[in-house]
Amino acid sequence: MHSDLVISQTDGRPMYLQIMDQIRQRIAVGDWEQGKEIPSIRQLAVTLRVSVITVKRAYMELERDGIIVTQQGKGSIVAPNPRLGAKLYDEELAKHINRVAQLGELLGLTPKELASRVREAADRLTKEYS
Amino acid sequence: MNDLSVHFEGVSKIYPHFTLDDVSLELPAGTIMGLIGANGAGKSTTIRILMGLVHQDRGRVLVLGREMPREQAAAKLDIGFVSEDMRLYGPATLAWHMNFVQSIYPKWDQPYAETLLRRFDLKPRQKIKGLSHGQRVKAALLLALARRPRLLVLDEPTTGLDPVARQEVLGELMAVLADEDRTILFSSHNTLDVEQISDQITFIDRGRIIASDNKEIFLDRWRRLRLVLSPEADVPSLPGVVEVGGSGRLPVLVTNRFDPAMVSACNDAGATVQAVDPMTLEEIFVANVHSRREKQIV
Repeated sequence: MHSDLVISQTDGRPMYLQIMDQIRQRIAVGDWEQGKEIPSIRQLAVTLRVSVITVKRAYMELERDGIIVTQQGKGSIVAPNPRLGAKLYDEELAKHINRVAQLGELLGLTPKELASRVREAADRLTKEYS
Repeated sequence: MNDLSVHFEGVSKIYPHFTLDDVSLELPAGTIMGLIGANGAGKSTTIRILMGLVHQDRGRVLVLGREMPREQAAAKLDIGFVSEDMRLYGPATLAWHMNFVQSIYPKWDQPYAETLLRRFDLKPRQKIKGLSHGQRVKAALLLALARRPRLLVLDEPTTGLDPVARQEVLGELMAVLADEDRTILFSSHNTLDVEQISDQITFIDRGRIIASDNKEIFLDRWRRLRLVLSPEADVPSLPGVVEVGGSGRLPVLVTNRFDPAMVSACNDAGATVQAVDPMTLEEIFVANVHSRREKQIV
């Protein structure tokens, strides 16, 4: 059920971040449902063959982000949080906006020009749907 | 109830050409500690003292709450030990060894032993002398694991194993940790293995512990910063810098106290941060050893 998480040795990011990302994705696509129990820290560590402390760290940060809830002695569940999806999309949006800003700089656009391009795109989308 | 499985306090051992100097270690139950050191750094001496095979000249050693070496007989019932020079009896089969160990240790778990035979792809009827190095290591590990010891002590368990066998062994070690009362201490100069499965990491060099911490702290605090200096700027002084490399206007700093605020501090000082590289445990270990050795010379 959860052995489909993959830790890559060539991925430059720390292992705990890889674990966090993949858990977020599992939740975003609905593999791990809201309010449902997820593997314990030790279980996941054993399956992934990574240290308990690494998985513990990933779980603690996910809990801080409000994505999972850990109950003392009861294990962890996916947070019953209706804004979970929005939060995930929000992060995705932030990533794309950063990319847009980088490309803008590359093309020598001013922030104002960049903003108007984003506005045009948004307007086009509104027209398409209306 | 003492929840430290291994506790060294100020342990020293003096040999004519080597001194283990004032070693203190704490290993909580339910965790894995990786002991990393170059050849001859003191890993095996530390492990031999832990096992009561060598008696310390000074300091206190408690293993599973037992005083070592005085109470070693009682402690060893619950310790599984595998070392490189582990001698199994060549003319006998693996099955013979399994029977032998089973007759000594009441907690021997036969179904688990059989599971391990399959997982490690070992044949009980094969004689030890006909086994490859990797098969011997796995056989020794099987004999230790099936006793279900509370503490596993492994001296270089993955040395000389092929990649498949290494992953099998690491997987089995992690499976042991599924039970939170079990503890593993292993030494290795393969930092990749240690990085993958350890909770606690201890660096040992020239008979001294040079760093001991939880792995996430190591990986978080060590960074390599690549800078570009503006023409009139000096290399900024940052906390925890252990190494300054690179050249002229392109210095490369290694710090063991990284904080994201450093990046803006550098920029303010006229040094643009080109990259902040995380470091592998191997790089951290080497940088650590170098900086300590330089200080010793000065």
